[in-house]
Amino acid sequence: MTRLSSAFPSDRAALVAFVTGGDPSPADTATILDALVEGGADIIELGMPFTDPMADGPSIQEANIRSLGAGTKTADIFAIAQAFRERHPDTPLVLMGYANPMTIRGADWFAEQCKAAGVDGVICVDIPTEEDDSLGPALRAQDIATIRLATPTTDDARLPAVLDNATGFLYYVSVAGITGQQQAAQDSIAAAVAKLKAQTDLPVAVGFGVRTPEQAADIARVADGVVVGSAIVEIVGEHGKAAGPHVRDYVKSLSDAIRSAR
Amino acid sequence: MNETSPNSFRNQPDDRGHFGEFGGRYVAETLMPLILDLETHYRAAQQDPAFAEEFDDLLEHYVGRPSPLYYAERLTEDVRKDAPDGKGAQIWFKRDELNHTGAHKINNCIGQILLAKRMGKTRIIAETGAGQHGVATATVCARFGFPCTIFMGATDIERQKPNIFRMKLLGAEVVPVTSGSATLKDAMNEALRHWVAHVHDTFYIIGTAAGPHPYPELVRDFQSVIGKEARAQMLDRTGKLPDLLVAAIGGGSNAIGLFHPFLDDRDVKMLGVEAAGRGLDKEHAASLAGGGPGILHGNKTYLLQDEDGQIDEAHSISAGLDYPGIGPEHSWLKESGRVDYDSATDREALDAFQLLCRTEGIIPALEPSHAIAAVTREAMKMERDQIILANLCGRGDKDIFTVAEALGTEM
Repeated sequence: MTRLSSAFPSDRAALVAFVTGGDPSPADTATILDALVEGGADIIELGMPFTDPMADGPSIQEANIRSLGAGTKTADIFAIAQAFRERHPDTPLVLMGYANPMTIRGADWFAEQCKAAGVDGVICVDIPTEEDDSLGPALRAQDIATIRLATPTTDDARLPAVLDNATGFLYYVSVAGITGQQQAAQDSIAAAVAKLKAQTDLPVAVGFGVRTPEQAADIARVADGVVVGSAIVEIVGEHGKAAGPHVRDYVKSLSDAIRSAR
Repeated sequence: MNETSPNSFRNQPDDRGHFGEFGGRYVAETLMPLILDLETHYRAAQQDPAFAEEFDDLLEHYVGRPSPLYYAERLTEDVRKDAPDGKGAQIWFKRDELNHTGAHKINNCIGQILLAKRMGKTRIIAETGAGQHGVATATVCARFGFPCTIFMGATDIERQKPNIFRMKLLGAEVVPVTSGSATLKDAMNEALRHWVAHVHDTFYIIGTAAGPHPYPELVRDFQSVIGKEARAQMLDRTGKLPDLLVAAIGGGSNAIGLFHPFLDDRDVKMLGVEAAGRGLDKEHAASLAGGGPGILHGNKTYLLQDEDGQIDEAHSISAGLDYPGIGPEHSWLKESGRVDYDSATDREALDAFQLLCRTEGIIPALEPSHAIAAVTREAMKMERDQIILANLCGRGDKDIFTVAEALGTEM
């Protein structure tokens, strides 16, 4: 059992919580990550900031700008991940971001850094299965999960290619769009998850546009995981350095809803 | 020339859209099925004589092609005054600034809107820097009756006001983009964000030979009309091929359009001219001269970036060259050594702009003014019987306000 596979309990959905690393500053991220764990997050997604986050809506774009404005470097992200691993030996941590910061020094370098920092998986938004060579083999060689995205446009013919070499879990992006905008209808999510689960044994986590405990609970009834990002990042944006307790309380409201959903 | 020769420079990209290590399809999964669908439709269009027929017909009767090939006699004489004895090559221009809408951009827009129509798409989006691609896109949308949304950086909107009005007259909606540096790269980010949310009905007309495969290939193919015409016209007029081709490079679509049909003519040298802005040691937009390989906007190519892969802001007096990347085929042509790349500063471009106004009675856009700056430098070093062919890819009406400000002139 890896940290990632044991993070999906059999009797309830897992809560996957995203924040942008280095927002509002590298020094403040540890407190926010601890608040995610205290609030009940099962898996942490740590965003690597990028100047051109073209799959993200305004909330996460602004978080990227705040992080880079605070001087966050790739080395800071790995330092944040490594310190998290020391404080939380059992909570899986996944890096999420864009291809250029991940590949600029070479895929092997990135994979080695992930391994050394105790990172469990990587989600790269703009490396689809067709370009897996650019990063996937290096990560898998270090036993780092390569977490793939499936979307409403991923049709039946294409799904096997997306699942090929997918590890850790499958991230179902429930709307064709950017992060933090609107949520898909519950019926379409249930149908999509059922279709995906028919083709893979990987846990399926659903995200994009999830904001309220009610939405989280609805998804928790049909999926193995619920991903929440923009709504948490907005709390960090509003409260800055003092965001910890607010993040914890909000995440706890999601976690409670998910735990009582089934 | 043989398209299938293994030694040809003209048979890129491979079937995954790679030009050597460059190019590719680095897009979010949501867009991937659409990109594959676009490729399928493009391959079918390439096999369909009716597609080529409609494209050629529109280029002739709507765009005004073929554009003239022009010997710039007074510019040539001007260069020879200062050149060493016996030096001073003949300078010829491919007059793509005479196209409908005033730049080469329209060639590509005609091709892509025909593809959009074939694919059954009902809305068009595009990004624009200088506004030339936005105007060309708005133009073809009006011509074919498609609703059109143009994403443009707020900074660029400020310096290209006449083109904003043109786009609006043509019925397009212009969306100001304020994120990042509020220039071309941010407009492209925003167009991609919009596209990902409207994949079912929307066609994205990318303006340069960049982005995910098959865009670099199809934009090149549509723009190759420039080089095909020029090659035939030059042979017809002089009985030989030019010794040197020169073109300005932002994303690189006018340059690849001129260069590509000549790539297997081994005696024809080629020079792409990037924007050196305030100088290569200061703020500039020369990704080949001052950048390194990276991944942005769907392709792997040379980018202006820091050691962590964060994208640097580009600077050029020409909004059309103000982009921190370059089409992937140029990255490959640089590494293969087939094409040379150089740069010209804002100041050199301004000087060349004025020189062409005075010697030839042609007001060029600031983009080809960078090429003209390099042309005058190169002509000095070459023999008098040698020929330089430069692409005059846009006219300068849109730039007169920028130039007036740079020269400190009240209008």
